[in-house]
Amino acid sequence: MSDRARKRPFRWHIVVFLAPAVLIYTAIMIIPLFGTLNLSLFTRAEDGSRIFVGLQNFQTLFGDRRWSDAFWNATGNNLWFFIIHMLVQNPIGIALAAILSTPKLRFAAFYRTAIFIPAILSFVIVGFVWKLILSPLWGVAPTFMDALGLGNWFAPWLGLEESALTTLALISVWQFVGIPMMLIYAALLSIPDEVLEAAEMDGITGASQFWKIKLPLILPTIGIISILTFVGNFNAFDLIYVTQGALAGPNFTTDILGSYLFRTFFGFQLQLGDPHMGATVATVMFAIILVGVSIYLFGVQTRLRRYQF
Amino acid sequence: MSNPITSARGNLGRTAAAHVILIAYTILALYPVFLILINSVKQRRAIFNDPLALPTAETFDPIGFQTVLEQGNFLLYFQNSMIVTVVSLFFVLLFGAMAAFALAEYRFRGNLLMGLYLALGIMIPIRLGTVAILEIMVAAGLVNTLTSLVLVYTAQGLPLAVFILQEFMRQVSDDLKNAARIDGLSEYRIFFTIALPLVRPAMATVAVFTMIPIWNDLWFPLILAPGEATKTLTLGSQIFLGQYVTDWNAVLAALSLAIFPVVVLYLIFSRQLIRGITKGAVK
Repeated sequence: MSDRARKRPFRWHIVVFLAPAVLIYTAIMIIPLFGTLNLSLFTRAEDGSRIFVGLQNFQTLFGDRRWSDAFWNATGNNLWFFIIHMLVQNPIGIALAAILSTPKLRFAAFYRTAIFIPAILSFVIVGFVWKLILSPLWGVAPTFMDALGLGNWFAPWLGLEESALTTLALISVWQFVGIPMMLIYAALLSIPDEVLEAAEMDGITGASQFWKIKLPLILPTIGIISILTFVGNFNAFDLIYVTQGALAGPNFTTDILGSYLFRTFFGFQLQLGDPHMGATVATVMFAIILVGVSIYLFGVQTRLRRYQF
Repeated sequence: MSNPITSARGNLGRTAAAHVILIAYTILALYPVFLILINSVKQRRAIFNDPLALPTAETFDPIGFQTVLEQGNFLLYFQNSMIVTVVSLFFVLLFGAMAAFALAEYRFRGNLLMGLYLALGIMIPIRLGTVAILEIMVAAGLVNTLTSLVLVYTAQGLPLAVFILQEFMRQVSDDLKNAARIDGLSEYRIFFTIALPLVRPAMATVAVFTMIPIWNDLWFPLILAPGEATKTLTLGSQIFLGQYVTDWNAVLAALSLAIFPVVVLYLIFSRQLIRGITKGAVK
């Protein structure tokens, strides 16, 4: 084997096939990523030159109340944002997929296509559409709630400190529910008919078939969806920026890490932007995402049982 | 054998319930969009007095679209978005397929490691490198050019494209490729004339998944190319909406114009997309 390998001429075509992808990916993604981590160790001196400060930026971020309060606020909000997605978006997605995969269901393709449509729209559209609908000025939401007899419950949710973040999370859920639905639907379809027939022979049908047979089989897909949700949520930015602006109002109650990074990096109103503190925030976000992904890869994924058909 | 008639009859009620739930959710998903579209062609008074009504001959008024087309450079923004999306998509698909082919087809030292290295980008969002990306673009003089966006989006799309296409490249028959080798075809010809056409359905899936985030992105256009000449449709509509916030006709018309192209593209590709997802990627 090694003899043959030695005689074989160098296979240039492998290099040619790999080079464009590897070069662009390395130059635009990997190097800047590490460049950003590196930038967090420096600061700008008065004369504009760069000086090495070690971990001092992190000390500022965690130790200085002016920075740390905002940071923990954003992290907490981000966590809540993620929890709502896990508790609302993913169960609804799974339920819709389970219903869609009912055998011989008519119009299944239509439902699938229609429910997925919000996921292809940009945050700009989605954010503004909901801003208009929930606006007390336009009155669509109050009219609807009146029709349902809930008229007194209406409030300008996006403008209230207690409800703005939850409302935004639910808007995001509305937009993205199609993604878990689609992935779970595909996983459900890939369960072989023999398994389901065997279950039916044993008298396991309907809901108990879903809980006992199908759900265990789609757990790996649910795991992937959870981690995709986590990564997506912890680098979300657009929806907040579009509906509440860079200041993530009211009173920073909708500030998440993405919008905090944007403000730190670019500055807002009176505060000047600071690329080094921006890089520091990005590094912490990187660490959070890395920890989450590692917990998934080593803690969850290896323990999930995979079935081979 | 299975599925006796009795169970089919018992399913009738369940099927009806399934339709009710799905119809309800479909309405929830589509109604907000529908509401925007119908109100975009109504008079201002009608928008407020009866927002849920369809436009009639009496309330019809395209003033919003006139404002948008006169005031905003929407045609230019649309063109910018098109260029950025199509060019990035082309590079992601071509380079992604080439790398996927190399990883799936040849055994070489570092194959697995290279695969893992390229897959890293699926989990780690490129946004976290923004600070350094902006520095690089400033140094290269690429700020406020569409090139900078194409570069970023190509890098962003490659990891997932390589990952998905690799699976599909493995399924291309070895016999076919070896027969071609015996006929004296070069490895490049084998890639372009045999492998590439055979993974076309997978390419469609990758295309949709790559295209949507590029078309909809606000972050990079805002940071790398906020100039008037390079604004994308997403950024352009965001700024327009901010400025015309009180002109409801214009806002609704701008939203409708932004919704329309994506939905049309999606409907064209959706059958391919679903076939692609259900046939492999997840399994």
